[in-house]
Amino acid sequence: MSNWFERLLGRSPTTSAQSAKERLQLVLIHDRTDLSPAVLETLKDEIIAVISKHVDIDAGGVEINLSQGQRENRLVANIPLLSAPTGRRRAR
Amino acid sequence: MPGKVVTVTSGKGGVGKTTTTANLAVALAAGGEKVVCIDADIGLRNLDVVMGLENRIVYDIVDVVEGRARVRQAMIKDKRMPELYLIPAAQTRDKSAVSPTDMIKLCNDLRGEIDWILVDSPAGIERGFRNAVAPADQVLIVTNPEVSAVRDADRIVGLLEAEEKGPGHLILNRVKPDMVKRGDMLSTDDVLDILAIPLIGVVPEDEGILVSSNRGSPAAMDDKSRAGQAFRDIARRLKGESVPFPSLEDKPGFFQKLAARFSRSA
Ligand SMILES: Nc1ncnc2c1ncn2[C@@H]1O[C@H](COP(=O)(O)OP(=O)(O)OP(=O)(O)O)[C@@H](O)[C@H]1O
Ligand SMILES: [Mg+2]
Repeated sequence: MSNWFERLLGRSPTTSAQSAKERLQLVLIHDRTDLSPAVLETLKDEIIAVISKHVDIDAGGVEINLSQGQRENRLVANIPLLSAPTGRRRAR
Repeated sequence: MPGKVVTVTSGKGGVGKTTTTANLAVALAAGGEKVVCIDADIGLRNLDVVMGLENRIVYDIVDVVEGRARVRQAMIKDKRMPELYLIPAAQTRDKSAVSPTDMIKLCNDLRGEIDWILVDSPAGIERGFRNAVAPADQVLIVTNPEVSAVRDADRIVGLLEAEEKGPGHLILNRVKPDMVKRGDMLSTDDVLDILAIPLIGVVPEDEGILVSSNRGSPAAMDDKSRAGQAFRDIARRLKGESVPFPSLEDKPGFFQKLAARFSRSA
């Protein structure tokens, strides 16, 4: 029932045209950049490794995505930091 | 003013390139323009039957390129129109019989006396596509409101950018307004959001298209045809007129969205 309520409020994709559009947007990001999901995954692992050398991050929460404007694409990384309990850098 | 070369292409096959070429040719010619259509789909000749000129072919494009005929001899006149001609594809040869340079030369020979040279491209992104696009001053990309067709159109947009042939103008063909209303077909706005190129026409799905290709008389010849009207509008936009886009479609309204949600959660 809550699912039904969510749909009524417009929270999830509903029509088949909307899913067509969303699927197209995703597939075209990869078509246009020639970056496969597998390459993105490797990229993510390497970025986590490099950043972890300098600051503590929540590796499980890292997101690397391709986003696009009109016809330009960009790589967007979202990297959550682990905050040190005292506000200073945690001693290892 | 020298003639303009307009190439009709799509990536995906069967989306309506040949139908579009024939109808734009008829619409332009009916307005008094001198028009030549070139069937660049060598090996899969079709424009001749869609235009109803299949019985009058003597020479084809490969005969011209290989010097067996002069351009004028290969131009079949459509007697229903003041100045409309077809240069047919060769049926028994393949795409490698013609090169991009041959196409540029052929079109340059015609530019002096012809207002519009319309090139019907084969499907795909190989040699035939490159032949068709090489002489183009303007490229029309035909697609259908369907995931695979739009994806292929996007590929063409990218290739045209790489060849510096401009972004191309979009023709969205076979739109079914009632399906768009129901939310079961991509709308014109959806496709424009994705491809981000200028729109030059929206053509509805119309049974009359099949009837007119049965008869070999393009729908644009028929004043009452809805698809024909859409093609006549595109022809006027090609000439630089600003013609409003009639709204054949609406975004799904509140009640359609509601109904879709109910039916999916049921
Ligand atoms: N607006 C429309 N309404 C209904 N039928 C259509 C419409 N446009 C095209 N068709 C039909 O779709 C089919 C394919 O059209 P057409 O031959 O023009 O496509 P094409 O892109 O040239 O194909 P190919 O890639 O094989 O050259 C034909 O049967 C045609 O009658
Ligand atoms: Mg065709």
